[in-house]
Amino acid sequence: MAPLSYYFILSAVLFTIGTIGVLIRKNPLIMFMSIELMLNAANLSFASFARARNLLSGQVIAFFVIAVAAAEVVVGLAIIVSIFRSRQSVDVDDVSMLKG
Amino acid sequence: MFLFLLLAVVAVAASIAMITARNSIHSALFLVVDFFCLAVLYLTLNAEFLAAVQIVVYAGAIMVLFLFVITLLNPGNEETDDRLRGQRPLAVALGLALLVEVALLLRTQAIRDRLGDFPPATSFFEQVQTRINGTPTAPIGNVQAIGIELFTTYVLPFEVVSIVLLLAVIGAVVLAKRQLR
Repeated sequence: MAPLSYYFILSAVLFTIGTIGVLIRKNPLIMFMSIELMLNAANLSFASFARARNLLSGQVIAFFVIAVAAAEVVVGLAIIVSIFRSRQSVDVDDVSMLKG
Repeated sequence: MFLFLLLAVVAVAASIAMITARNSIHSALFLVVDFFCLAVLYLTLNAEFLAAVQIVVYAGAIMVLFLFVITLLNPGNEETDDRLRGQRPLAVALGLALLVEVALLLRTQAIRDRLGDFPPATSFFEQVQTRINGTPTAPIGNVQAIGIELFTTYVLPFEVVSIVLLLAVIGAVVLAKRQLR
């Protein structure tokens, strides 16, 4: 079995890729997917620490993270749909003014 | 070890493909590959319930929602030019700087003392068992142990999460509804 540090390094790499994805893309859908990737990377660390410390709390918190991620996606996609309705575009540069 | 390396390589490759794909649908499908890799990694960590939830909730519910919205909006493949000059190289440089910071953190002695090989998995659920039964008797599974934890120690966060989900549903309906005049 791979040591804990390997899981942690993989988690850090996935988190970094998610961060870069949020920064370089203009499509809000792909930015949301990158955020999901970052949440998953955090969940991987939670699960590996739960296994390393023989504590179940890490898995329970990862479960809560998944539930909150689901709620966040629902609201975020609804916002994207309503922005698309009013502007016919989903480029984040077009909606940088916080004004309807 | 081989399984971990295989899954890690596939997960990293799929996530890089996800952020570089021109087509949003391809991005979503690469993200599904990523979710499946992570689900198998959870299995190697003795987190069977999390692996199942990962596939059911992430690969099932969330990605279907993403695909619905992508096909509904049908955004073009073209992206406009950078409004901020040099944003992309700067973003990649900053991301790599973040990675270097985490790597340096992993090299500090306090962290290294805690990172090592995993302990044997036998005592994984004994904590919960002992608290419920007094003594570790019949072995209980991962789902049962998580259920006991959720409804004893974490019962308040559990209820709060249910309120969060309800608010998300209401918010989505209010936002997606057509404007009433």
